[in-house]
Amino acid sequence: MQDALLEVRDLKVEFKRDRKSWITAVRGVSFSIHAGEIVGLVGESGCGKSVTSLAVMRLLSKATSRTSGSVVMDGRSILELSDREMRDARGNDFSMIFQEPMSSLNPIMRVGDQLAEALRLHNDLSREEIHARSVEALRLVGIPEPEVTLRNYPHELSGGMCQRVMIAMAMSCEPKLLIADEPTTALDVTIQAQILALMERIRAERNTGILLITHDLGVVAETCSRVIVMYAGGIVEEAPVEELFERPRHPYTKGLIASVPRLGRRVHRLPSIPGSVPDLAAMPAGCRFAPRCPMARPACEAKVPALVQVGEGHRCACPYAAAGASVEYAAGIGGLADGAGAADATAAASGATGDVSAQDAKGVPTHE
Amino acid sequence: MAEKTKLKGAPGEGDATAATAGAGASEFARGEELPRAQSPARQFLKKFLRRKTAVAGFVFIVLMLVIAVIGPSVVPYDPNQYDYSALLSGPTAAHIWGTDEFGRDVFSRLVAGTQLSLGTALTASVIGTAAGVVFGLIAGFCGGLVDAFIMRVCDVMFAFPGILLAIAVVAIIGPGLTNVMIGVAVFTVPSFARIIRGAVLEVRSELYVEAARSVGCSSRRIMFVHILPGTMQALIVNFTMNVGGAILSASSLSFLGFGASVTQPEWGAMLSQSRNYLATAPHLVLFPGLLIFLTVLAFNLFGDGLRDTLDPKLN
Repeated sequence: MQDALLEVRDLKVEFKRDRKSWITAVRGVSFSIHAGEIVGLVGESGCGKSVTSLAVMRLLSKATSRTSGSVVMDGRSILELSDREMRDARGNDFSMIFQEPMSSLNPIMRVGDQLAEALRLHNDLSREEIHARSVEALRLVGIPEPEVTLRNYPHELSGGMCQRVMIAMAMSCEPKLLIADEPTTALDVTIQAQILALMERIRAERNTGILLITHDLGVVAETCSRVIVMYAGGIVEEAPVEELFERPRHPYTKGLIASVPRLGRRVHRLPSIPGSVPDLAAMPAGCRFAPRCPMARPACEAKVPALVQVGEGHRCACPYAAAGASVEYAAGIGGLADGAGAADATAAASGATGDVSAQDAKGVPTHE
Repeated sequence: MAEKTKLKGAPGEGDATAATAGAGASEFARGEELPRAQSPARQFLKKFLRRKTAVAGFVFIVLMLVIAVIGPSVVPYDPNQYDYSALLSGPTAAHIWGTDEFGRDVFSRLVAGTQLSLGTALTASVIGTAAGVVFGLIAGFCGGLVDAFIMRVCDVMFAFPGILLAIAVVAIIGPGLTNVMIGVAVFTVPSFARIIRGAVLEVRSELYVEAARSVGCSSRRIMFVHILPGTMQALIVNFTMNVGGAILSASSLSFLGFGASVTQPEWGAMLSQSRNYLATAPHLVLFPGLLIFLTVLAFNLFGDGLRDTLDPKLN
C-alpha cells in the first residue's frame, strides 16, 4: 500500500472558553487519506467535522484555539510549518471549498480577479498565462463560457456556478488534497449531483485526494470510497463504503443509517436516535455515545472505548458491537418502522439518492 | 498554439451547451435579447438623484471646489489690495459684498480664501482619515491586546471635545495653518479608527475572507484587498460628513487666532477680524459666516444623501 497523502494522528483541538478553561471540540482523531480517493467524513452538526478540516488547513485562530497531535502531508508536518510556509502550502498543496458558495466569493471582486489571485499567489505568471489558466480552470469545472464568467461579479452567478468557480479556484494550482466542507448542502439536488460528479471527475483526472465532509449519507454512498463517522469530537467508526452500509458495527452508525428514509417502503415514522449530542463542556467520562445508546452497559460509562480493527480497513470504537448484532431504535411515538435493522442499509442509502444518481449520467455538461 | 485555437472555439461550444443545458447565467451574460442587469453605479446614481437636498449639497460642493481651484486667478481685486477711499463700505456696484476696515474687497477675499479654507479642511480630513483607517484596520484585524490598546487610546481622545483637542495640539506645536491641519487631523483619527474597526469586524467574519485565506492569501493582502474595500461605504459617508466638521473646526481655530495670519483671506480669520465691526458693518460678518454655514451644510446634506443611498438597511 502506498504512503498516505495526508496522515492525521491524534489530532486534538481545543477552544478557549474563558481566561482559564478550554473546551475540547476534537479529541484525538486519527485518519489518513491517499491520493486519488474520496473519503467521506460524516456526523451530525457540532461533532467536529468542520473543526477537524479547519485544523488540518490551520485556519483556526491561534488566539482562541489550540491544536495538538500531528498532521503530515506528503512527508511534511503541517502543524510545525512557519506561517509563511503554511501560506504557500494553502491553495498549492491543499485547498478547501466551503458550504455556502454564494458567500465564499468576495462580492466586490470580479470572478476573474479572484481566480487570478489564487494563481498569482503561487506561480510566477504573466497576465496572458493567468488568463489562459483561468479560462482552463473554469472549463475544467464545466462552465460553458469561461471568458464571460471571468468578467462577472459573484452576484451575477447562480449558487451552482459559484460553487464551480470555488472549485476552479481551489483546483487552479492543482493541489494534491481538496477538503470539501459540505460543498453541496446549500445547493438543490440537481446541482448537487453535478458538483459531486465534477469532484469525482477531478479525482479521476488529477488523482486528487478528497476529504468530503457531509451529513448526508446519500452523498457518501454515491461518491466516497471510504467513510469516517464522527460523534462528539471523536471517530466512532471507519470503513470502506460498502462495508459500512452493509455491516455497520457501531450503534451510532447503525442509528444514522436506520434513520435514512428509503423509497418504495411505507414508513409512518422514521427511527431516530433518542436524546441529543452532549454539551462539549459536559461530556460523559466514558463512551460519549453511551447516554443515547440502546445497548449501553455500565462498563461503557467507565472508560472511552478505543478504536479497534474489526475487519479489512474497518475500525470501530465499540467493544460490544458484533457485526451481526442488531440495534433497535424506537420509531418515535407509536410509529412503526418496518424492519429498521441495518442489513438493508445500502438499499436505503442508494434508494434515497436514486434520483441523484440518475442525474449523474446526463446532468453534467461535459465539453472537452 | 493548441490552447489558442481551443479558446477561439469556445463561444460556439458554449452556445451549444448553454442551449441544451439551459445554464441560466451564461444566457444572461450573452444577453443581446435580454435586458442587462443595471450596473451598480447606475443604480446608485438613480437612487442618489432622487434625494434633492443631497444633490443640491453636491452641486454646491462642486461649485466651491471649482472656485477653490480657479478663484485666486479670476477675482476682481487682489485680496490684499487696500482701497482707502472705501473703508468699511457696504455692498456697492464696485464692491458687491462691501469692503473691510482696510478697504479690501470682501468678495475677492472670500473667493480667494476658498482655496485656503477648503484645502485646510480637506487635507486635515484626508490625513486624519488615512491614519484612522490604518489604526482601525489593525485594531479590527489583529484583535486582542492590540485592539484593546488602540481602542482605549481612542476612548481617551474621545473624552476631549474635538475642538479642545485641536487647540491643545496647536498650542503645543504652535499656530499656523499647517499646524491647524495637524490639529484637526488628530481629532479625526479616533472616530475613523472606531468606524473602520467596526466595519472590519463585520467583514472579517465573512466566509470569503476565510476562503481567501484557504487559497493562501497573506494577512496583509487579506487586510487590504479583501477587507478594506468592504469598509469603503462607511468610509466614504463618514469622510464627507467629516469634511463639514473639519471646515468648522479649522475656521474656529483661525477665529481664535491659532490658524491663518491676519493677511491671509481664510474664512475663520476674516470672521475673527470683522467681529469688532459687528455693529457698524454687519456685512463683514455676514458673508464669511454665511459661506462657512452653507459649505458645512452642503457637506452634511451630501453625506446624509450618500449614507441613505449606500446603506442597504435603509433601502
